[in-house]
Amino acid sequence: MRKARDRLVRYLPAIVVGVGGIAIWEAVIRALEIRAFILPAPSAIARALVENWEAGYQIFPAAQVTLQEAGGGLIAGALLGLAVAFAVARFPTARDIVLPVGIAVNAIPIVAFAPIANQWFGSQSPYSKMAISAALVFFPIMINVLRGLTQVDASSLELMRSYAAGDAAVLRKVRIPNALPFFLTGLKIGTTLSLIGAVVGEYFGGLNVALGRVVVESASTLAFEVTWAAIVVVSVTGIVMYLVVAGSERVLIPWHPSVRGERVA
Amino acid sequence: MSDARMPDASVVRLSGLAKTFALPSGETMTAVSGIDLELRRGEFVSLIGPSGCGKSTLLRLIGDLTHPSAGVVTVNDKPAHQARIDRDYGMVFQAPVLFEWRTIEENVRLPLELTTWERGAREARVREMLELVELTEFARHHPYQLSGGMQQRVAIARALTFSPSILLMDEPFGALDEMTRERMNSEVLRIWEQTGITVVFVTHSIPEAVFLSSRVVVMSARPGRITRVVEIDLPRPRGVETRESRRYFEMVTEVREALRGGEGRADEGLASLERAEGEGLTG
Repeated sequence: MRKARDRLVRYLPAIVVGVGGIAIWEAVIRALEIRAFILPAPSAIARALVENWEAGYQIFPAAQVTLQEAGGGLIAGALLGLAVAFAVARFPTARDIVLPVGIAVNAIPIVAFAPIANQWFGSQSPYSKMAISAALVFFPIMINVLRGLTQVDASSLELMRSYAAGDAAVLRKVRIPNALPFFLTGLKIGTTLSLIGAVVGEYFGGLNVALGRVVVESASTLAFEVTWAAIVVVSVTGIVMYLVVAGSERVLIPWHPSVRGERVA
Repeated sequence: MSDARMPDASVVRLSGLAKTFALPSGETMTAVSGIDLELRRGEFVSLIGPSGCGKSTLLRLIGDLTHPSAGVVTVNDKPAHQARIDRDYGMVFQAPVLFEWRTIEENVRLPLELTTWERGAREARVREMLELVELTEFARHHPYQLSGGMQQRVAIARALTFSPSILLMDEPFGALDEMTRERMNSEVLRIWEQTGITVVFVTHSIPEAVFLSSRVVVMSARPGRITRVVEIDLPRPRGVETRESRRYFEMVTEVREALRGGEGRADEGLASLERAEGEGLTG
């Protein structure tokens, strides 16, 4: 009970700023009579959202499609990133080959490949969007997990050595637990990237019931309230995905400095 | 002395031991050389010397954490490597090296998870070890919730779970404040007396070495050699009175003189008693 109140107090300033910002936005639009195609008022965006929730542009079904693509890409990218990180951590020579190549590939703006992914996997298929998402998610997960698996305290390894522990035991008892917070950090970065991948993939074609398509189509017909409404839904989806991962940190790594409380003794 | 059945039989035997490291410049650096030493069962031996004298290297050689360039380490009548495989060692480092994702009891249990001990026996052993270091009530806490001294007690409990025959301690209390360090010294002595384990203890602190040890091995730097072995004949059990006794100051002086390379006659102790009190506590 007290915890809930403490939290409310902690987040109150952010809530005030958020709500206040929207109120000022609304007031400025009305006072200056700014036209909707430049910047619609929050109330107009809200109205467009409600009107097109399931009818018209079908924002809600579109969000479900986009969430599926982003989620699929996130899972695929995470699994791939994990697999490569474990393999590379296991074989130091692989690290010397994979890392420079990986860093070079990561410098490429992967979203530029969206049309090609559409070509490869079919623009109507969700797999083309998942592929872009996965490619974006892969790198931060791989790098973070690799760091977690290899940046292990030297004395931890000596300790395990003094117990005559083998490589498998060191992996299980030291490296994997050590990598878990790194993985979750990668996953948090990945949630945002996976949505970017899905939405940008949709910009370049696909079924019309998808948030990226709603953005493109509504903008082309100058229905900017709908465009903004779709952007609001994408943003909220991204925030919720992030919060799910952040919340799982409280369960999975309660001991970590980013999550834990105070010392008792 | 070599008869394993005798109570003072040798546990660790070092002969002609040397360790050189290759430096990045291509040169080699001799950490220790010409080390001959024999440790008897149940002894408490401190290694003391200036920084760079190779005392930690010597400890790591005994524990098979590094390999000698020359000479032989025999532990319990077998090579050090075999002793490590047989889990004859308990290690305590300067940092507690606790796994922060594990609770206190899980940290203490870690070595047993590498064995075929069954669950019930493991839990009983963990409880026993936590009682030994008097941390039972913190079993379910995480390391970050404990003070430095308490964390180091967890490390000691963990090192003893296997009932190793040798406890290797590498400046375990170097990071603790003076008061906590003295408390920890008494704690270690109590555990040592309770378990009868052989302890090899690396330290910078002369008072600590004298208070704890049955013998203090004094080393010199570059190359690291044993210059003197001082028998500490202070009566046991040792406590607060020990630290205030005249004999204690004499022994502290003797070790200090040995460190300086002098002959360190014990009867010079009184003259430097004040000095021992003034600067001695940090060694």
